Amino acid sequence: MVAEVTVQQVEQKPSWGGGISPFGVSWQKLMMWIFILSDAFIFGSFLISYATSRASVGKWVDTGKVFALHIAGSEIPLLLIAIMTFILVSSSGTMALAVANAYERRKKETVRYLFLTMLLGLTFVGCQAYEWTHLIVDYGVRPWWNPFGPPQFGAYFFTLTGFHGMHVLSGVIYLGIIARQVAKGVYDRRGSYANVEIAGLYWHFVDLIWVFIFTMFYLF
Amino acid sequence: MADVARPQGEQVGAVHAPIRTYLTVWGWLFVLSAIAYFVDIIHLTGWLKVVLLTVLALMKAGLIMAFFMHLRFERLTLVYAIVAPLILLVAMLVGLVPDGVAVFVRR
Repeated sequence: MVAEVTVQQVEQKPSWGGGISPFGVSWQKLMMWIFILSDAFIFGSFLISYATSRASVGKWVDTGKVFALHIAGSEIPLLLIAIMTFILVSSSGTMALAVANAYERRKKETVRYLFLTMLLGLTFVGCQAYEWTHLIVDYGVRPWWNPFGPPQFGAYFFTLTGFHGMHVLSGVIYLGIIARQVAKGVYDRRGSYANVEIAGLYWHFVDLIWVFIFTMFYLF
Repeated sequence: MADVARPQGEQVGAVHAPIRTYLTVWGWLFVLSAIAYFVDIIHLTGWLKVVLLTVLALMKAGLIMAFFMHLRFERLTLVYAIVAPLILLVAMLVGLVPDGVAVFVRR
């Protein structure tokens, strides 16, 4: 009798009346989405500032030339960035596989794909370290000066790729913690692999940001 | 009814795509990235390049958000709450870039 009344009350409650979840997700996942949105606004302001600045100076830097790689004597434009994009998209795929395996609670596969994702993330950061070193040491690029064109280029290059690289590096650490918990069987005992999916949201978001940095900063 | 009284926290894995879907999306992301790269290196210029690259970027973003970030399988309330602010972000971009252009014209 008492139980029946409770069920009825729950049914009659409007979606936004409190006490129930209007979004239909756990609070942990909702918090991650809120974080992702706020982070999207940080990168959004960077990109808007960059676009406005660039529109105001007219002629910009030929990024194809600056980020070219020389292979067997010929210069292939933007090759380094293409490789980095390839690596990050690959890592997004392995992360998706980790989450798919986590749904099925396959511990070993989940850990394996998480490690693969971390490895690809580290490779990406490694490429970026090479890129920064190359520009800073070989070309003398600084946030206030560069030999290629408008001085704003340096500031936006370091801010955009720096913030993004920090996100990848934090993601690698984050995934490391999650992988350790999976391996120790924490989520088996808890009966939920939800944390792997939430970590996946973060990782895919970092890839999402790269899509726009790749397009707006390197390709345009 | 079942929708309203859905338990919190443990519905993870209740609705999701088979692994094959993830692999297909993954493949498309590679293809779209490769196309974007070629649009750049064949030296397309002007509006054609801008429109092509924008469409490609939005397609990639859509695929990542819909499938990899599972928005395809979430409730519409959550999808709207996430997508609406992002549209405002684009509106801000569209609103402010002409300002940059105006500065360029006066230089």
